[in-house]
Amino acid sequence: MTFDLILLQIFTGVALGSIFVLVALGLSLIFGLLTIVNFAHSQFFMLGAYVGVAVLGLTGNFWVALLAVPLIVGAIGMVCERVLIRPLYGRGIDYPLLLTFGLGLIILELVRIVAGTEGIPFNTPEGLTGAMDLGVFFFPKYRLFLIAVTALILVALWVFLEKTPFGLIIRAGARDPEIVQVLGVDVSKVWLIVFGIGTGLAALAGVLAAPIRGVFPEMGVPVLVEAFVVTVVGGMGSLLGAVIAGLAVGITLSMTSLFYPEMTTLSMFVLMAVVLIFRPRGLFGRAGVLD
Amino acid sequence: MSPKDVLTISRRTLLKGAAFGAAAGLAAPAYLRTARAQSGPIKIGFPVPITGPYSTEAQDQVRCAEIAIAMFNEAGGLNGRKAELLVRDDKLNPGEGATRALELIESDKVNFLCGSLSASVQLSVNQVAKQRGVIYNSISQSDSINEAADFSKYTFHEALNPHMTAGAVGRYVFPKFGKRVAFLVADYAYGHEMARGFRTAGKEFGIEEVVEIKHPLGQTDFSTFFPRIQAARPNVLVVCNFGRDQLNTVKQATDFGLKQQMKIAFPVLLFSQRLAGGAGPFEGVFGGANYYWGLEDKFPSAKRLNDAYRAKHNNAVPTDYGALGFAGIYALLEGAKKAGGTDPDAVIAALEALKYDAYKGPEYFRKCDHQAVQSVLVLESKPQAQVKSQYDVFNVVEMQPPEEKFLRSCQQLGHG
Amino acid sequence: MESNTRPAATAKAGPMGGLVAVIARHRVLAALVVLAALPFVTPYEALAVNILIFGLYAMGFNLIFGYAGMLSFGHAALFGLGAYGCGVSIAKFAIPWFLALPIGIAVAGIGSVVIGWFAIRSRGIYFAMITLALSQVVYYSAYQWVSLTGGEDGLRGVNVPAIDVFGLHFDMLDPLVKYYVLYALAAVAIALFSRILHSPYGAVLEAIRENETRALACGYDVARTRWLAFILSGVFSGFAGALYAIHLSVVPIETLNYFNSAEVLMITLLGGMGTFFGAFVGAYVYIMLQDVMTVVTVHWQLVVGILFVVLILFFPRGIWGSLLKWVRA
Repeated sequence: MTFDLILLQIFTGVALGSIFVLVALGLSLIFGLLTIVNFAHSQFFMLGAYVGVAVLGLTGNFWVALLAVPLIVGAIGMVCERVLIRPLYGRGIDYPLLLTFGLGLIILELVRIVAGTEGIPFNTPEGLTGAMDLGVFFFPKYRLFLIAVTALILVALWVFLEKTPFGLIIRAGARDPEIVQVLGVDVSKVWLIVFGIGTGLAALAGVLAAPIRGVFPEMGVPVLVEAFVVTVVGGMGSLLGAVIAGLAVGITLSMTSLFYPEMTTLSMFVLMAVVLIFRPRGLFGRAGVLD
Repeated sequence: MSPKDVLTISRRTLLKGAAFGAAAGLAAPAYLRTARAQSGPIKIGFPVPITGPYSTEAQDQVRCAEIAIAMFNEAGGLNGRKAELLVRDDKLNPGEGATRALELIESDKVNFLCGSLSASVQLSVNQVAKQRGVIYNSISQSDSINEAADFSKYTFHEALNPHMTAGAVGRYVFPKFGKRVAFLVADYAYGHEMARGFRTAGKEFGIEEVVEIKHPLGQTDFSTFFPRIQAARPNVLVVCNFGRDQLNTVKQATDFGLKQQMKIAFPVLLFSQRLAGGAGPFEGVFGGANYYWGLEDKFPSAKRLNDAYRAKHNNAVPTDYGALGFAGIYALLEGAKKAGGTDPDAVIAALEALKYDAYKGPEYFRKCDHQAVQSVLVLESKPQAQVKSQYDVFNVVEMQPPEEKFLRSCQQLGHG
Repeated sequence: MESNTRPAATAKAGPMGGLVAVIARHRVLAALVVLAALPFVTPYEALAVNILIFGLYAMGFNLIFGYAGMLSFGHAALFGLGAYGCGVSIAKFAIPWFLALPIGIAVAGIGSVVIGWFAIRSRGIYFAMITLALSQVVYYSAYQWVSLTGGEDGLRGVNVPAIDVFGLHFDMLDPLVKYYVLYALAAVAIALFSRILHSPYGAVLEAIRENETRALACGYDVARTRWLAFILSGVFSGFAGALYAIHLSVVPIETLNYFNSAEVLMITLLGGMGTFFGAFVGAYVYIMLQDVMTVVTVHWQLVVGILFVVLILFFPRGIWGSLLKWVRA
């Protein structure tokens, strides 16, 4: 076991974690503000990949797809929030959970009807194929790109939340929605937009994952559990938690697969169990968010 | 397949529940209700996962099974007795598979069962069928089903088993590309069985196993395993997984540049996955198969299946797994013809004596474990430049003859 | 949330209200009468057995979810432990069914003691997630222990071809006989479950769900009551699992999968959480719907999805809960 092998494995884990971070950020954002456990989140991820295929087919340009996908799917997410989820606010977590479960089934089956069950090839965009020499080892260019895009989005999100008036409202709303309402802010609009951002992020993750994992209707299924693990480890509603936990889960999976590959999937759940036993609200979870 | 097709092939009286009061069977003694009809249409239950991740393969199994049924009926059936296919969705879940098998046996009173795609569903259907004395011809890959613990005289296995496919591929690639072999194995029975097949075949060539990695089933990112594989410097990477795992592995292996350093071989190279993944990721990959439509130049039976399929399905060709659906039904109906009826013991005797050519040359069931002894193809995936038409994706580089020496022996399987 | 712990007092007069009151007063009897007719209102007997078993499973789940107000996402582990405990006893150790059944229940009981001990300190979504995590640990343990469980291939050979009790011979290969044998076993569990709800313990459980702080102030040991609820819930789920093993003669690894935890949640919500009959109503509708729809269309999941959305939007109390509300209004 050489040092550069371990380093390479960590790098691979970070690339894997980047997808987790993007999916979990959206999930955590929606949960933190709307207290909605969005079971359809992984289907928005899958929808992102399919919309990506469609846009790519129309324009032939990966970069256009990358921009258009979060906007289109985010808009679809907003329609879902407005029509289906809004009537359920204040009814606890169980009902939205079941509703979004049903919504997820609907999205999945509609995609199967429209695009077929076979899956669609999605090639790595030109210029990003092959591997790059990083001095100690070669690393696939596309995965470096993935890490970079995630970092970029994190910075953009941070600026948005910390430096804009709207971000201020979101942060205040996450802390105490009632106060924000009392202050005369239209919370329903905030929630609508937050749901759009959350689902848009999931969709972006989907289109980014497409060149690695391929595009098929069931591609979201494992993502849901992974995203929940990340969100819970980080603390539901904590964005910093989602980022750190996402990378931690990615690296855990990657390192386990080096030393004890059979246990790769299990390692994620062991990590979650250990964190929850010692910190029942996750690493960065606040008391009272959803007890 | 459109929803309507499923409706017509798997028609069942939905009002049955409502009409329970009229169920005449209730008045009859229990044993008469479960008796299988020796006259009337020959009913064959066909549980396959027509929804979910393998729906593409399963729906093709249904299409091909229908062709076998239609061919039998058009040829006059069994002295005028027609055959009928009862399709059920097993949802790729052994619990659902067992429930559906119970339905088909107890309620629909099928004469035979055929079908399933996943090994675990196949074993649970087999368990239910053998307890009730119903012949089941499995079209799913597994080594376990040949072994004494799961086998019964009612159990037949039309599909290849991992030992056969992995063996054929191993015997082709090891002498050609080198002795240093890395294993990437899906961590479940089927994965282990395939790896064992490669190891057994590798013994004659003295292969050296440089690394073995077991990955969990349904892994989405294989890249975390590649650094270790690359570090081991193998000549051949043997990848023992299936379906979407297979597609993800080759896609990511291509990105990581593994193909420049080693040859990649699968025990089973799926036609449907190759179509879903495109030529690039699969280029130069080797793998085994029970069938490839291109066999039609050599075998009239392959041409017969392809032509029937083309005529019915818009000039498309049957997939490897789909063709198994044809062969499974074909063999059962040939057996019934030879036996002159559907009495299980007579059909078992007929099947044990049967020599048939369903879709790729001669086959027969070995007596001890009812495994179909058949040819195995070794395929190489074509680069984009050589692809002449939509379905022209593989070269058949080798065809292992249908011989028992390529199977595990009856003693090894525990048949006394 | 609908509660059924003391139902007779809440029902109003009127013909429908009267009927509901009578059913509620004799709820065990009512449940048994309805379940006795089940094989004749389902398309085939094996499906009726599934409904019986998943109704039982949902009943157990309802104790922790509906009555104690804690969303567990790990009940598949308890159902599965019951199934494997019973199934392995029969298939690998040739233990007779009447011993294998309690062994299955005991294994599930031990599992729920352990999982419950770790989990009850968490609340809400964290409770759901830690139960999920621990159930996944059980899943992968069973997955890896191939010699005992059959691993991914599932456990085969759970053969109970016939049952002889008190000189009576029951042929378990006869579907209707099998249904009524399992029905008789389930009846014991249903009666027991009703007793528990009626006991002082049931009242404490409800008091905690309604107002934890007050229950704490009244001197109840909230943590212990919750833990016991989890264990009891696990025992009933495990019992359902054990019956599943005998019913199918196989134990699929999927019984331990988290999807099985999600399904029991769906069944309970569909029927009506915290209601006595909701579990069986939910199981009947959910399983029948899937069975019928898969034959009609390959896109059955679309129909199921739409049903869930409509139900939650318009009948959030579930089918039985909405019926109760309508009758009592």
